[in-house]
Amino acid sequence: MAGDVFVYVDHLTGQASPASWEAFGVGKQLAQASGGKLKAIVLGQGVEALAQTALSYGADEALLGDHASLKDFSPERFAGILSQLVRGASPDVVVFPTSGRTRELAGMIAVDLDTGMIPDIIAFEMKDGAILATRPIYAGKLMAKVIIPERRPQLLTIRARAFPVPQAEAGGGQITRFEVPEVEALSEVLAYKEAGGGVSLTDAGIIVSGGRGVSNNPKLSPPAEVSDPKEQEIWRARQGFALIGELARVLGGAVGASRAAVDSGYIPYAQQVGQTGKVVSPDLYIACGISGAIQHLAGMRTSKTILAINKDSDAPIFKLARFGVVGDLYDVVPALTKAFKERVS
Amino acid sequence: MNILVCVKQTIDTAATVTVEDGKISGGEAPLVLNPWDEFAVEEALRTKEAHGGQVTVLSLGALEAKEALKQALAMGCDSAVLVSDPAFAKSDSLGTSKAIAGAIQKLGEIDIVFFGRTTVDYDMGVTSSQVARRLGWPSLSLVAAITELDPGGKRITVERLLEDGRQVVRSKLPAVVSVVKEINEPRYPSFMGIRKASRLEIPEWSAADVGLTTVPEGVLRWPEVYAPPKVETRCEMIEGGSPDEIATKLVARLVEEKVI
Repeated sequence: MAGDVFVYVDHLTGQASPASWEAFGVGKQLAQASGGKLKAIVLGQGVEALAQTALSYGADEALLGDHASLKDFSPERFAGILSQLVRGASPDVVVFPTSGRTRELAGMIAVDLDTGMIPDIIAFEMKDGAILATRPIYAGKLMAKVIIPERRPQLLTIRARAFPVPQAEAGGGQITRFEVPEVEALSEVLAYKEAGGGVSLTDAGIIVSGGRGVSNNPKLSPPAEVSDPKEQEIWRARQGFALIGELARVLGGAVGASRAAVDSGYIPYAQQVGQTGKVVSPDLYIACGISGAIQHLAGMRTSKTILAINKDSDAPIFKLARFGVVGDLYDVVPALTKAFKERVS
Repeated sequence: MNILVCVKQTIDTAATVTVEDGKISGGEAPLVLNPWDEFAVEEALRTKEAHGGQVTVLSLGALEAKEALKQALAMGCDSAVLVSDPAFAKSDSLGTSKAIAGAIQKLGEIDIVFFGRTTVDYDMGVTSSQVARRLGWPSLSLVAAITELDPGGKRITVERLLEDGRQVVRSKLPAVVSVVKEINEPRYPSFMGIRKASRLEIPEWSAADVGLTTVPEGVLRWPEVYAPPKVETRCEMIEGGSPDEIATKLVARLVEEKVI
């Protein structure tokens, strides 16, 4: 129905991304503005629990496509089903939580329905019956307001942690199972491998990050078999990242890194924060041995609170930080870990 | 194999980007090959080195985008095409994907198309999926490794890097692949490559050349672009006689400010 708002629940084999529930807060606001219904779309196999959760976050109805053919995510199959569903129901808006999967889904649906999609929005307002969305461009160096004046539905993906998770309550909504149409999948999922890092960077409330400074500890002497200077540097950096990892673990957070640390081979690319890595906005970002190159700042400047630990009191990162410590991360980070542990116990 | 890599020209990521009267400027900073696309070019070249064939690099943009194409040629691509038409100025990703899909059909017999995962300017990150959708080809996005490529059997297996893990995916060829940084380390243009690139003619294809009788006007409007308000943060320096003292003070302040 015109005025209805659909929210897509993004998940990997049944594990929903936290931003999926944040999307229901956005969806509810939009549905209130348009006077339409808020409907959840859940696709997968054995995912009724996700539909239940969607109801608790305020969906009036959860459209559940539960079928063996949807066990693994396939962009073509999922997009095909969503396009059919959306074409039949004509909602005003479809909201997705931003992820690699949903950017692709929304992009494909935009082609199918010849409509617009606005990825990764961080705020919105209503203007002349359309959504005027705010999104960062140039990695947050600029902001843009974007609108889809005519075409419907408007397809949006919302950035993780940009909108609050709504209060969960016993919802009065209902689950409607629909017949899953047959749509060809053009690729086949052979296996899954774990991300390894525990908490995902984009969803993390606290991130502890390391930069090039992490290898800068002349007091550490690598074992004799590590003789190559480059290997010695990486060895030192790994000791530093072990300290960072320990602090992140105590705080229930994730480990991040600057591009300099990734390019130097200290830590895998999946942890990179910045313009060519992940854009994050945790409640607390602890930058250890990160000087603050413009590309790195672009990826973390929207963090609520930034704490910088750096030997160099002139490091640009201090200009953005709320709290700063001029000191050696090898001394300060373990001391912080200890202090937080004491606080917890 | 007939390999295509699609690239875009962007402002250098080190630039301070400003906006005046709605016009975005990188000041004196040079225009460069979108950094993500360097990985796509590199992967295209590695694919050729492993399986033989030709690498064509394609861009849609203004005439100055030829500089980005030249950079890709200097890295080792064999030929380049610029799709350029004033009509694209008012278009968006729907039009771009239509034009690129049209160019791919015009080129014919393409086995694999590479894209960077997104562009550092508008960060839409949808063009590769939309091109795949228009062609009806498999979209393999966010690829961190190609683990198997069999041009004869027309099959490819890749590892996709998702937020919540890795997925091993297999599809048929032709396919559209978007790559992430982890996939490789891009080479620098060689001296010989730069010389070759400066001599190569780069054909310009109009919208009509790629099968678009009209270029669809963009469905998105961008009424406002602005610099985010500068947040005045005063950095509170935490000092103390020992790391433990600093840490204790810091934790107390974070709790006081309700950060944790």
